Amino acid sequence: MTAQTDSTVAVARPASRRARTGLLRDPRLTPQLVVGVGMLIAIALFAILGPLLVDPKMANVTATTPRLPPSAEHWLGTDTQGRDLWTVMALAVPNTLKIGLIAGIVGTVIGVVLALIAGFFGGLPDSIIRLICDSLLTVPGIAILVIIAANIEQMTVEVMALTVAALAWMFPTRTIRAQVLTIRERSYVEVARASGVGSRGLIFREIMPNLMPFIAASFVGAVAGAMLASIGLEALGLGAIQTQTLGITIYWSQEYTAVLRGMWWWWAPPVVAISLIFLALFLTSAGMDRFANPRLRRSA
Amino acid sequence: MTDAVRYVGRRVVQLLLVIWVATTLNFMVPRLIPGDPVAAALAQMQASGGSVSVDTAAIAADYNAKFGFDQPLWNQYVNYLTDLMRGDLGVSLLNPSQTVIAKIGSAIPWSVGLLLVATIIAFVVGTILGALLAWPRTPRILGAAAAPLLLLSTVPYYLLAIILIYLFAIVFKLFPPGNGFSPTTILGPNWATAVDIVNHAILPALSIVLGAVGFWALGMRSLMVGVLGEDYITYADSKGLSPRRIFLRYGVRNALLPQITALALALATVVSGAILVEAIFNYPGLGGLLFSSVLSKDIFVINGVVTVLILSLAFAVFLIDLIYPLIDPRIRHQG
Amino acid sequence: MNQPMTTVPATDLATPAPATASSAVLQVQDLQVAYRTPIGDVRAVDHVSFSLEAGQRLGLIGESGSGKTTMATALMRLTRPPGRIAGGRVLLDGTDLLQLDDNALRRVRLREIALVPQGAMNSLNPVMRIEDQMIDAIVAHEGRQSRKVLATRVTQQLARVGLAPQVARRYPHELSGGMKQRTVMAISTVLNPKVIVADEPTSALDVVVQRQVMQTLGRIQEGIGSAVVLIGHDMGLIAQFADLIGVMYAGRLVEFGPVDDVLTSPRHPYTRMLIESIPKLTAKGRLVGIPGLPPALLALPPGCSFSPRCPYVFERCTTEAPVSQSVGPSRVAACHLYPDRADLPPLPASVVLDPTAPLAVVAAAMEGQQEPGRAEAEAALADELAAEGATQTAAGDSAAGVTGLAQSDIHELTRRGH
Repeated sequence: MTAQTDSTVAVARPASRRARTGLLRDPRLTPQLVVGVGMLIAIALFAILGPLLVDPKMANVTATTPRLPPSAEHWLGTDTQGRDLWTVMALAVPNTLKIGLIAGIVGTVIGVVLALIAGFFGGLPDSIIRLICDSLLTVPGIAILVIIAANIEQMTVEVMALTVAALAWMFPTRTIRAQVLTIRERSYVEVARASGVGSRGLIFREIMPNLMPFIAASFVGAVAGAMLASIGLEALGLGAIQTQTLGITIYWSQEYTAVLRGMWWWWAPPVVAISLIFLALFLTSAGMDRFANPRLRRSA
Repeated sequence: MTDAVRYVGRRVVQLLLVIWVATTLNFMVPRLIPGDPVAAALAQMQASGGSVSVDTAAIAADYNAKFGFDQPLWNQYVNYLTDLMRGDLGVSLLNPSQTVIAKIGSAIPWSVGLLLVATIIAFVVGTILGALLAWPRTPRILGAAAAPLLLLSTVPYYLLAIILIYLFAIVFKLFPPGNGFSPTTILGPNWATAVDIVNHAILPALSIVLGAVGFWALGMRSLMVGVLGEDYITYADSKGLSPRRIFLRYGVRNALLPQITALALALATVVSGAILVEAIFNYPGLGGLLFSSVLSKDIFVINGVVTVLILSLAFAVFLIDLIYPLIDPRIRHQG
Repeated sequence: MNQPMTTVPATDLATPAPATASSAVLQVQDLQVAYRTPIGDVRAVDHVSFSLEAGQRLGLIGESGSGKTTMATALMRLTRPPGRIAGGRVLLDGTDLLQLDDNALRRVRLREIALVPQGAMNSLNPVMRIEDQMIDAIVAHEGRQSRKVLATRVTQQLARVGLAPQVARRYPHELSGGMKQRTVMAISTVLNPKVIVADEPTSALDVVVQRQVMQTLGRIQEGIGSAVVLIGHDMGLIAQFADLIGVMYAGRLVEFGPVDDVLTSPRHPYTRMLIESIPKLTAKGRLVGIPGLPPALLALPPGCSFSPRCPYVFERCTTEAPVSQSVGPSRVAACHLYPDRADLPPLPASVVLDPTAPLAVVAAAMEGQQEPGRAEAEAALADELAAEGATQTAAGDSAAGVTGLAQSDIHELTRRGH
C-alpha cells in the first residue's frame, strides 16, 4: 500500500448544516422509508376516495350479471353472486384498513400504558404485566380469536377490530417496556429526577419524547399484526359477512372455488391489495427502525 | 443452583397460567353470550338440513345436566375441568358417534408433520441465509437471491397459499390443489402412500416456508451484524483465526441465542398462519378441522381444537425455554 | 479551511531510533489512517513514524480522539470500516505488514505481533470456555495437538499471569475484571510474540488491580523479550512502565523520546501542559487544565493543530503545520519553536496557577475573530469559574490519571529509573 498523495485523502470542510441541501438529504430518510410511506399514502388515498366514487349498491348480491371477467364496464369483473368486484374492492380496502387502524391504536395505547407502568414502576406491577404478556404471547392468536369470533352473533367491522385488538398489545408492551428500562437509566433522567421533577413530569417530558420512534414502530407493527389476524379470521368465515372487507372477499372466493374455476379476477385483487399493504407496512417499519437507530444504516 | 430453580419455576408458572387462561377462556366466552349455545347450534344445524335425532336430543340433555344454566357457574366450571382432565372434550355435534378427542387425535399427526417439517426448514434455511448475508465475505449474489424471499415474507402465509395453488395446481398442474392425500388412495404403510402424502404436503409446506424464511433471515442478519461489531470478534481476528472459524464459533454461535428466543416468541404466529394454510388447502390437520367445525358451528370441536392448540404451543415454548440454558452458558453458570 | 499541503515525505522524517533500521523490531513509517464520513475523509492517524527495539517499551499517550487507539488497531491491520489504512508502512522485523496477503497476515498475528485489547470485558467470547479460546489460537497457528499437551500449555500460560488452573474451564462472565484482563494477556502472549500492542489494558480497572495487571504485563514482556507498545491516557502509568514515550495530538505524533527526558524537560508545548496539569501533592492550589478543547478532526485548525490552545503560539503556527524534527538525542518534536530554540521557554506566568488566564490566552490567540461582547462574556464566565474554584480541564485533558500521581512524583520516578 503506497502512501497516497494528499489530494486523494482530502481533509473535510468544516461541517456546516447549511451545506447539506434540503430535508431530502437527511440520511435517516432511507429509500425504504420513503417508498413505504409513499405506498401507504397511495393506499390511503384509494381508501378515502374509493367509496366516494362508486355506487355501493353494485357491491350487493345480484347487483349485476355474475361471473363476468374484467371489462370496460366492470373493471374487475363480477363474482358468482353478481357483485361488481371493483366496487367491492373500493369498499373493502377502507374497511380492512379501518380494522387495522382501530386495533392498532387500541393495541398500541394499551401497550404504551402497560409498558410505562411496568418499566417505570418496576416491582410487582412489572412482574405481573410481564408474566401475562409473555404467557399470552405463547398462545396462537387465531385460536383465541376463533373462540371469541365464533361466539359473537352479529359481527361488525368495529367488533372485529376490538376482537383483534385484544391480542395486539403484547408486542408493543414488550418492546416499549424494554425501551423504557433503557431510557430510565440514562443520565438525563437521573438529572431530572435529582432536580425534583415528579414522576409524571419525568414520564411526559423526558421519557416519552425518546420513546416516540419506538411507539411509532410498534404502532406500524400492531397495525400489520391486527390486519393479519382480522383477514385470517375473515378468510375462515368469521368476519362481518354482510360487509365488504378484503378477508371476506377472499372467503367468498374460496367458498365458491374461484381458484379452481379460474376466476382470477376474484381472488387476485384482494391478494394483491393485501400484499401491497403489508409490503408498505414492512418497508415503513424497517425504514423507521433505521430512522430511530442510525447505527443500523451502516450494516451489510 | 437456586437460579436454575428460579428460571424453571418461572417457566412452569407461565405454563400453568397459559393453560388456565386457555381453558377458562374456552369456558367463559360461550357463556358470556346470552342464550344456550348447544340449543342454538342444534337449531342452526336443523335449519341447514340436519335432523334432530334421538342422539342429538340425548346430547342436549346430557349437556344441560352438566352445564345447564340452572346450575351454578362454579359447578359448571368444575364439571368442565374434570371433563378436561379426563380427556373428555365432548362429541361432535355433526356426527355424535365421534368424540372430539378422536377427531383431534386423527388430525394431530397431519398438523405436526406439516408444521414441524416446514418450520424446521424455514428456520434453518433462514438462519443460515441471514448469517451469510451479514458476513462481508459472502458473494453478493446471495443478497440478490435473498431480496425476493424477504419480500415474500411480508405476505401472510395463506395468501401465498392461494397464489401457489393457482400457479402450481391450476396453471401448471404439478401438485394437487388440496387435501392431505388423494381420495382414491388407501392409506397404508407403503411407498405409494408416502409419495402421495408428500405430494400433497409440498404446496402447504412451501406456503409456510416461503412465508417464514424471510423473517428468520432478516432477524438473523441483524443479530449477526450486531455480534460482528463486538470486541470479541476483533480480538478473535487479532489472534489470527481463520475467517470461517470466527464466523461460526464467534459469530453465529452468539447470534444464535437471541435467534432461538425469537423462535419461541414467533412460534405462536407461525402456528396461527399454518392453521389458516391448512384451512385453505383443506388439509386434514387441526387447521382443516377448525375450518370445517367453524363452518358447521360444531362448538365442541371448535373448543376442543382451540384448547389443544393452546396447550401444545404452551408446551412447545416451555420446552424451548428449558433447552435455552443448555446452549447459553451465561444462564447456566450464574457467576 | 483546508490544511496546507505540507505532507512530510517519509525520507525527511528524523526517525528517533539511533540504531540502524534493521535492528528495530517494529518500524512504523508515515502511517496514515483515514475515516470516511458523509462529509469527507478524516485523518485519524496523520503521518506517524517511530521505531522500537526488541525489549523496549513504548508508551503512546494522548487524550480521547488523539488517534492512539486507531493506531493500535492499524498496527495489526485490524482497522474496520469506515476506517482504512491510507498509507505508510509497518515493518515488523523488516516485513511490511500492510503489504501482506490475508493468509500471511493471519500467520503473523498473535505469533509475531499480538494485541492485548482495551476493555477485556468484551474481548472474550461469552459462549466459549477460557481454555478453548486459548486452544483456538494455538491450534490455528501450530496445527492440531494432543489434548494433554494443550491442557498443560494452557495451565502454564495461566500460571504465567498468576491465574489458577481452574480458570481454564470457566466462562468469561465468571471472572472479575482484573482476571479477564490477565486472561487476555495470557492468550495474547501464548505464542511469545515479538511485539505486544496493549491498548489501554487497565482503563476500566481500579487502582490496585491496575498495578497488578501492569506488573504482570511487565514480567511477561521481559520473560519473552518482546517489545511493547502501551497505549493510554494515564501519564503516571506510562511514566512508570515505559522506556520511550510518544505524545499524540489530533492524529499526529507531536513528541517522541526517552521517557525520563521527555517528562523532565518536554519539548512540545502540549507535552509541557499535560505535565503541568497533573496536580501537585505538595502544594495545594487551583487545578489548571489546558484551555479549550481538542479539535474536531473534521475541522482541524489551519497550521499547527495545537495552535489555538498553545501558550507560545506565534504567526507561523497558524499558517504552516510543523514538521517532526530532532530536538535532542533520540528525541523528536513537531513544533515551530525549533530548531531555533534548545528547549521550551518557561510557561507564561498567566497560564500557571491562575484559572482565569487561560481564557484570556485563548482570546488573545483568536484576536480579530472575536464576536462583539465575547470578551465580556468570557470575563464573566471566568469570574464565575474562579468563584467556584472549578477546573477548566477539558474532557480527557488531565493526564493525572487514576494513579493520582502528582508532578513531583513523576520527576522522582523518572530520576530513580524503573
